[in-house]
Amino acid sequence: MRLIEDYNLIRGRIFDIQRYSIHDGPGIRTIVFLKGCVLRCRWCCNPESQEYDIQTVNANGKTRIYGEDVTVAQVMETVMRDADYYRRSGGGLTLSGGESLLQPEFAKGLLMAAKDYGIGTALESMACVDYEVIASVLPYLDTYLMDIKHMNPQKHKAFTGRTNELMLENARKVAQSGQTNLIIRTPVIPTFNDTVEEIRAIAEFADKLPNVTRLHLLPYHRLGQDKYQWLGRKYEMGEILPPDQEKMEMLKKTVESVSGLDCRIGG
Amino acid sequence: MPEIESARAVLYTESFRQTENQPMVLRKAKAFAHVLDQIPIIIRPNELIVGSSTLAPRGCQTFPEFSFEWLEQEFDTVANREADPFFIAEETKKQLHEADKYWKGRTTSDLALSYMSPEAIRAQNHNIFTVGNYFYNGVGHFTVQYWKVLELGIEGIMREVKAELDTVKPSDADYGTKSRMLESCLIACAGIIRYANRYAALAKELAAKETNKTRKEELLRIAENCTQVPEKPARNFYEACQSFWFVQQLIQMESSGHSISPGRFDQYMYPYYRADLEAGVINHDDAQELLDCIWVKLNDLNKCRDAESAKGFAGYSLFQNLIVGGQDEQGRDATNDLSFMCIDASMHVFLPMPSLSIRVWNQSPQELLLRAAELTRTGIGLPAYYNDEVIIPSLMSRGIPLEEARNYSIIGCVEPQVMGKTLGWHDAAFFNMVRPMELVFTGGVDMGEQIGPKTKPVEEMQSFEEFFDAYQEQMNYFIGLLVNADNAVDLAHRERAPLAFISTLMDDCIKRGKTPEQGGAIYNFTGPQGFGVANIADSLYTVKKLVFEDHRCTLAELKQALRYNFGKEINPFIVAQIAGDVTNSFLAQHVTPEPELVAKTTQQVIASVSEQDRKRMEEIYEMILDLPKFGNDIPEVDEIGREAAYCYTRPLLQYRNPRGGIFQAGLYPVSANVPLGFTSGASPDGRLARQPVADGVSPSQGRDVNGPTAAANSVAMLDHGIASNGTLYNQKFHPTALAGQEGLIKFIDLIRTFFDRKGMHMQFNVVSRETLLDAQQHPENYKGLIVRVAGYSALFTGLSKSLQDDIISRTEQGL
Repeated sequence: MRLIEDYNLIRGRIFDIQRYSIHDGPGIRTIVFLKGCVLRCRWCCNPESQEYDIQTVNANGKTRIYGEDVTVAQVMETVMRDADYYRRSGGGLTLSGGESLLQPEFAKGLLMAAKDYGIGTALESMACVDYEVIASVLPYLDTYLMDIKHMNPQKHKAFTGRTNELMLENARKVAQSGQTNLIIRTPVIPTFNDTVEEIRAIAEFADKLPNVTRLHLLPYHRLGQDKYQWLGRKYEMGEILPPDQEKMEMLKKTVESVSGLDCRIGG
Repeated sequence: MPEIESARAVLYTESFRQTENQPMVLRKAKAFAHVLDQIPIIIRPNELIVGSSTLAPRGCQTFPEFSFEWLEQEFDTVANREADPFFIAEETKKQLHEADKYWKGRTTSDLALSYMSPEAIRAQNHNIFTVGNYFYNGVGHFTVQYWKVLELGIEGIMREVKAELDTVKPSDADYGTKSRMLESCLIACAGIIRYANRYAALAKELAAKETNKTRKEELLRIAENCTQVPEKPARNFYEACQSFWFVQQLIQMESSGHSISPGRFDQYMYPYYRADLEAGVINHDDAQELLDCIWVKLNDLNKCRDAESAKGFAGYSLFQNLIVGGQDEQGRDATNDLSFMCIDASMHVFLPMPSLSIRVWNQSPQELLLRAAELTRTGIGLPAYYNDEVIIPSLMSRGIPLEEARNYSIIGCVEPQVMGKTLGWHDAAFFNMVRPMELVFTGGVDMGEQIGPKTKPVEEMQSFEEFFDAYQEQMNYFIGLLVNADNAVDLAHRERAPLAFISTLMDDCIKRGKTPEQGGAIYNFTGPQGFGVANIADSLYTVKKLVFEDHRCTLAELKQALRYNFGKEINPFIVAQIAGDVTNSFLAQHVTPEPELVAKTTQQVIASVSEQDRKRMEEIYEMILDLPKFGNDIPEVDEIGREAAYCYTRPLLQYRNPRGGIFQAGLYPVSANVPLGFTSGASPDGRLARQPVADGVSPSQGRDVNGPTAAANSVAMLDHGIASNGTLYNQKFHPTALAGQEGLIKFIDLIRTFFDRKGMHMQFNVVSRETLLDAQQHPENYKGLIVRVAGYSALFTGLSKSLQDDIISRTEQGL
């Protein structure tokens, strides 16, 4: 039998907790953002998530610290303040990042704790880790929101810093495991993957994955732009505008025309 | 711009000049009937439901019997004022002025003032609270027995009155009051029947001239309706609608009281709708059209308030609250087709009236809440959601039996009561909880005048408890004065404003032979509302944490920081306070405080504040801003919030009003938190002088940063049940939060969970594109505006123009 104490004291590094999240998984949720990422996506709206190190920045004259080391118990204390909302809505805890699986023990501890408290669990992740790590959290995971950004390994590498083979392979394995509800998410980024051909390729791949029925198209937004400046980094997307509604609808139709997937714009 | 008309005032006064030395109740009924007989009537183009109080649409009549001086003073400015302007013609001014002459010294407000204690008047002059609403106007704030008119007709009610009159024996001690009161009821009722018949005649006349065949038929039908109702029982849904409307309109002709609330309209109208459906005489669409017509008529009525009150009730609102859903007397869910159709009517008409409300409990059908949420999503600010599970026990704690409590409706903004049996005097005052906090720092001195208790000087306080005790002492003192002022106004209405017509539709007025103002209603309350809970919670927490726990500043330093507005803008309010101190120091030294000398010295005092002191004040200000605030689900702050609210809600319960009822607190501001904030100094929560006070039980603007669930949890930490006159909680949303069916469902889950946690009321502003565009132009007015897009939240005004544009374009997509 598992004792709650087993995971309560596991420590990990987070950079934010966001309550009343309604676009990332079922119901009303709390997202815990774990710090550190393997990718360096150019459009990333949370650039402070990428480095594992704790960062201190000057945000419009105010000092801001990105990163805090906390225990599973501390995180769950905040998460469970909205327990009533999860029960009403079928929501719960969502882990996001960065790539939360880079802190596998901590991530697993949080998911186990959530399960013990009886709330739902979800994970937003690129699956860019060894499959054993993923396999270790699957028993505690209700929903896996997995990013598939591009089918071409070279273009993937050019825009994110890594090729996509490992992620695609993991996507297949997670889907085959049947242990979690896998949802594929694709950020739609102008200049990167916003053509009919590119989205179609992703849809065709996702459609072949067993047990996968849903694909979310997430329109690019620039709301993280200021943080690049605070971090002393250049925002490489420059003045690229978000895709308009018409374009998103068109891409949604593309997905629907080549797959049986239930496609949604936004989470 | 809506227009002020004079006909009612002129006719009402004409009658009063002829009835000197008769009992007041009789005089008022005769004047009311005289107005109904003579006032110009109009049927507007294509109306299906008729009855208009003014010739101009959305116009208003005046009610000089309650007060008139303010309007005379505003004759030349009322059209240009910022809040709720009205056009007034020169001829109208002349006629009103002529009528007003009669009322000098004869109004309810004149009499109310003479009943007030000098301390209570002084407290009002210092803006601690205001009882302006009923001081200047009729009381209103009730739901009458509309169903009684539908079922029995006015003729049936007159039979009831006559039967009661027959039981009055000349030898009875109350013969004089009771017989005259009942006679007045008959006069008022007969006037109403004649008024409806005037409409029947007008409709016939118009029909005769009408060339369009459809309209001609409509007019003939209107004539038939007005011949039947309200005199006789309604025979079908259309007649029920017309009968309802005459009652609703004419209550607002008898007196200027607002919040005349239709209450559970979906319940008492439903039998007529169902019968017509079953008989095949009406279909859903025709019934919906009639409802839509009533909704338009509810917006045809209007009221001109004095400039100050207009700021507090901004938006021309009459607060005619109509509520659907919820449970019946036996505890079963009472939702029916009309509940949905009422929501649809608000969606179709898309005007502020009625103030649509939804009762929510665990058996509320999801479909009803989905329909309601769709209306919320439009950004119209309707409906408001109410929690049966808190309100029913709350009413029971005030002596109301279970069955009646289950059948509650909402009056005005948020005030629960039993329909047709209650004179709740809801909205009896605005009490600004921030001002007594200021007085703790001055030992009860405001503008140089000792207006509150001389509590211990803050410099000598040794503990947080001592400070908190001093706040409670100030509060208790002013709550006592508030009671005095309310009761004075109550007495004035009893004496000068007994209303006959509403007496016939409120138990147990007829049996008792008393109008509601005289104590005729079964349930009597006085419900003054306090606001600024969040400011007091945060202020108390500042003192507890910063001064007594962390010793980061002293109360003396805090006192100076408050006096000088944290070293920021020295505005006229600050200058006046310092001038008050200067005057007192002269008096203490036996120097005559000549105005010029005081002014000069005040400037010297202000100039003498050292740069070092100013820096320290700003430092304190920053420390305060960095403290945790109410509204973020932080237990130690929210616990203080609970205690802060008790400072207002608990003491009130011990007091009684002249009608034999008790006082019960409300926690909501309408919109008075802005004007009354303007007459308040800085407070220890970091609120600067003259800034708005927090609205209702909501966190201070922009201070809740952990999202809607955290804010709702904090608000739910307050004891809502004890505030049985209602609490008001506003949340703001970006439309994408309600996008799609799933968005609506999650939104409903949020409401239901807040209600699981025993919140009482919730209403929502969905931020519109227009709001965001305005925020882009005037960022200073939108400091706390947080937008959440795709799970990403940001302070709107902190974003660059192009990002703001992104969000604005997403706002459109969300809908």
